[in-house]
Amino acid sequence: MKRLSRYRRHKAAGPFLLILALLAIGTTFSVASATVKQSTTTFARSAAIDEGKQIFLKGCSSCHGLNAEGGAIAPSLIGVGAASVDFQVGTGRMPMADMSQQAMRKKPVYNAEQTAALAAYVASLAPGPAIPDDSVLNYERDGNTAQGGELFRNNCAMCHNFAGQGGALTQGKYAPTLMGVEPKYIYEALITGPQSMPVFSDKTITPAEKLSLIKWIKSAEAEPNLGGATMGRIGPVTEGLLAWILGIGLLIGIAVWLTTRAR
Amino acid sequence: MTPVEKTIGNVANFVDERLGAAGWVKKSLNKVFPDHWSFMLGEVCMYSFVILLLSGTFLTFWFDPSQRDVIYNGVYEPLKGLKMSAAYASTLDISFEVRGGLLMRQIHHWAANIFMAAIVAHLLRVFFTGAFRKPREFNWILGILLLTLGLVEGLFGYSLPDDLLSGTGLRITSAIIQALPVVGTYISFFLFGGAFPGTGFIPRIFTLHILIIPGIFLAVITIHVMLVWYQKHTQFPGVGRTEKNVVGHPILPVYMAKAGGFFFVVFGVIAFLSAVASINPIWLYGPYTPGQISAGSQPDWYMGWLDGLVRMAPPLETHAFGHTISWNILIPALIVPGILFTGMALYPFIESWITGDKREHHLLDRPRNVPNRTALGVMSITFVMVCLINGGNDILATNFHLSINQIMWFSRIGVFVLPPLAFVITKRLCLSLQRADRDLLLHGSETGRLLRLPHGEFVEVHEPISTEKAFLLQSHEQPIALEISEVDSRGVRRPGALKNKVQRRLSKAHAVSVPKVSEQELKEIEHH
Amino acid sequence: MDDSIAPAHAPRSTDIDPKAEKRAEQQIAILFGLSGLGSLLLIYSYVFVTKDVFIFIPVMGNQNAQQLGIGIGMAMSLFFLGMAAIHWAKTLMSDVEVVNHRHEFRSSDEDRDAFVKTVKTGAAAAGLGRRKLIKRSLGAAIGLFALPPVLLLRDLGPLPKKQLETTNWKAGTRLLTDPGNRPILASDLEVGAVVQVLPAVEHEDERPLSDIAKDPVLLIRLREQDFALTPEKLAMTHDGIIAFSKICSHMGCAVALYEQQTKHLLCPCHQSTFDVPRGAKVIFGPAARPLPQLDITVDAEGYLIARAAFSEPVGPSFWERNSQ
Repeated sequence: MKRLSRYRRHKAAGPFLLILALLAIGTTFSVASATVKQSTTTFARSAAIDEGKQIFLKGCSSCHGLNAEGGAIAPSLIGVGAASVDFQVGTGRMPMADMSQQAMRKKPVYNAEQTAALAAYVASLAPGPAIPDDSVLNYERDGNTAQGGELFRNNCAMCHNFAGQGGALTQGKYAPTLMGVEPKYIYEALITGPQSMPVFSDKTITPAEKLSLIKWIKSAEAEPNLGGATMGRIGPVTEGLLAWILGIGLLIGIAVWLTTRAR
Repeated sequence: MTPVEKTIGNVANFVDERLGAAGWVKKSLNKVFPDHWSFMLGEVCMYSFVILLLSGTFLTFWFDPSQRDVIYNGVYEPLKGLKMSAAYASTLDISFEVRGGLLMRQIHHWAANIFMAAIVAHLLRVFFTGAFRKPREFNWILGILLLTLGLVEGLFGYSLPDDLLSGTGLRITSAIIQALPVVGTYISFFLFGGAFPGTGFIPRIFTLHILIIPGIFLAVITIHVMLVWYQKHTQFPGVGRTEKNVVGHPILPVYMAKAGGFFFVVFGVIAFLSAVASINPIWLYGPYTPGQISAGSQPDWYMGWLDGLVRMAPPLETHAFGHTISWNILIPALIVPGILFTGMALYPFIESWITGDKREHHLLDRPRNVPNRTALGVMSITFVMVCLINGGNDILATNFHLSINQIMWFSRIGVFVLPPLAFVITKRLCLSLQRADRDLLLHGSETGRLLRLPHGEFVEVHEPISTEKAFLLQSHEQPIALEISEVDSRGVRRPGALKNKVQRRLSKAHAVSVPKVSEQELKEIEHH
Repeated sequence: MDDSIAPAHAPRSTDIDPKAEKRAEQQIAILFGLSGLGSLLLIYSYVFVTKDVFIFIPVMGNQNAQQLGIGIGMAMSLFFLGMAAIHWAKTLMSDVEVVNHRHEFRSSDEDRDAFVKTVKTGAAAAGLGRRKLIKRSLGAAIGLFALPPVLLLRDLGPLPKKQLETTNWKAGTRLLTDPGNRPILASDLEVGAVVQVLPAVEHEDERPLSDIAKDPVLLIRLREQDFALTPEKLAMTHDGIIAFSKICSHMGCAVALYEQQTKHLLCPCHQSTFDVPRGAKVIFGPAARPLPQLDITVDAEGYLIARAAFSEPVGPSFWERNSQ
């Protein structure tokens, strides 16, 4: 005892004790948690579900409930399927930034891995639409553009406008633009019916028809404006504005110049 | 004589020996037209009309005005293999297979939009300056007729390609016709050749669009311009300008060069717009079928105010004795526009009744000097603007993150509240401008330079205005309210007492004006 | 106001300075030159540029080169021609204002008297005033004459008869998807799903557009407990599936904007809003009547069919419509 206390005031005593304490806590913790970790690493999927659950509890449960059962301000997520989550979280709509009329597309908060984890967790709660695999999304090969256009005008144009530029719904809600949306998200929106959008089941619009839809949307997106600048592909409202502002404006300007005396 | 002069001389001799036109042509070439930029708006209308005729003729060489079904097999991939009408397919061919075809389509449609816009601008100029007064009332009525015809012609024109957007517009047109009591369904079936959409409508509106209505246009425009020619153009007041003369430049060579040049400028501006700005991209809309619709479906802007009126109408229908009257269609689509256009057409007579002024007028009014008329004009513009805004309520909502329901309520209330508000504000503004003119005349213009007088007072230095400006500020007439006594000279009560009372009241309101600077006041100032 | 006071005339620079005059001439020549350049650009684009060439223009994106070339060429050739003429008039042509005198429009009294005399003599010569038999028979002939032009237009179209009141929906008609013309099982629809349907007819690929103006129906699936309908309207639904005419009762546009969460149907033409749980009752906008509901059930194989025709005419109102 006396030997130890002789080194009590040694200048290395403090740091030495600190390192000792850290080592002790660290080893104890690893040993303790190693037992828990060992029983779950064997199942990668259940790790994703767990990670998903953790993310869910942290970022989603305040609105959607601790068991995703929903609440006053958010619907239940039981049965919505992985596809819903992949769409909502992947396009950045969820988590919702503010409690406005509808969720807006924005920069996603979670990365691809976290999104997949969340999707796996929600899918584990009850069966629902699955995330479409890349093999079923080959719209270039399996879709028909002209048929897609007909389908689009029958089922989509009334909300999203003839060129997929978006349109107004009631009370400030809106159908967003379809330009620049990944084919996977278009497919998921069709099968899950996010927010105001209805569900387009596979029996009523077959998967092949859905691919034709996507092919047409992509062709409209890629198509250059064949007659000149379109001012948003909105229709006669912008055309009328341009006729007055640019057309009549220019002509009045030239008329003023014409009738002014030369100096 | 130079060879050129000799040739001209020979031609002139040839014509004159057969028509004796030398005197008339000489008089015409010396005719004078006053110069003001606002007088060129009518020219924009006329030149756009010529451009419409030229570009339209080009289009008729390729357009097939038939509703028979064809399978599209042209170059535009997204529509390949689809069933559509021959009208739509031929329009696609014009757009994609004919060189310059899409350009001509766009020139035709931009020219139509600018034609209508110029008509409205021209109408407003004529209204606000009082150019519709005697002896030009008939010409004003012809102008309103041209405006109405233009609306119909434009509707038929953009409906010819039979695309989803214009087909929807035709659906609404047929619903308006169908809503007419007693005869509506019959007229609709006769016009469309059966139940909507019928198979006869496109060919029939084609005939109306390229032959009948342009023919009427040509005749009416000719009378309209000939009246201006014969009655001579009005002019703004100024030094040397009176009710009994016209001051300006002669037709040969100045006016010919300027007006002729302006035609090419108008054509050039329309061609430029058509080269860089897309209009009516029918390939994106798709062929018309009554089962489809696009979000944000609007007619062209000159019909847009009617669309807005229909949207804000209250949901009123009368169901009685096994019959239905749709007030929610009849009021906004027929009754309100009917009242508006009739009121517009009769306005010259209404105003002369109010003022009791039966003289000829060739000098124009400055709008501020006629506050009542100017305020009425601004009130009408406000009304149409509210309707226009409501017509585009879903476009506004989508692009500015608003609610269509809120815009609708704004319009329903605004259409009653905003026009009278605009009237009051405009009238007050005109009177303020009159007061400012008065000050300018009496005290000169403010230079912004301050001067300290010997006894300590600060005054702003005023500069006298030019004689031309002073002349202008005194050139208007002081409006006088009508005096119609209730009893005539023999003490007998006049008939039409209510009418006279209304006339007196309106006349008094119309005559509200800041008093003109009198000769005496001017003299006093001169000695200041 | 005296028109002997002519407006003051100040000379332009081109009137007094020969160098300015020369400069104006050159400017006009340049403008004409630009016009010529435009014409050349038009000709070149028309003849040599092929339809499939696209060029990138800042702000506007990829543009069709042929269209742009012909258009800009045409615009230049016209615009600068006009500008040259105007500039010429402004700078070099005489800009002294001329005075024309107005004449009174009212004809002289002698002319007026002569006019009245001519008309009176002419009318007396016709003798219409005293020849009553001619007057009456003329009136009758002209009156009858007015009828044929109207009558000749009778064959423009058929009489409406019952066309506005009937559709292709009858008892037992199958509901088919649009497009695709496939029959639908009740189990094909999930809650919140929407389907556009048309009736099964003889030649499904050749439906005339006038049928498509009346037949389209919208199928919506809700949960049974979401409905707030009268018992007879509820009986027209099947297992939470409700069917409405897709043709708006206001002016006939296609109503298919279904908001899944609010269960409202919005017509994009004039914003009439219909509440589906209450039988497409109008809750906003100018429509005066709810959308007609189609009575549906399933057949022996489980496919959705109509149990009866529509009980009222679909589409916009008309005079003969008995809307009770």
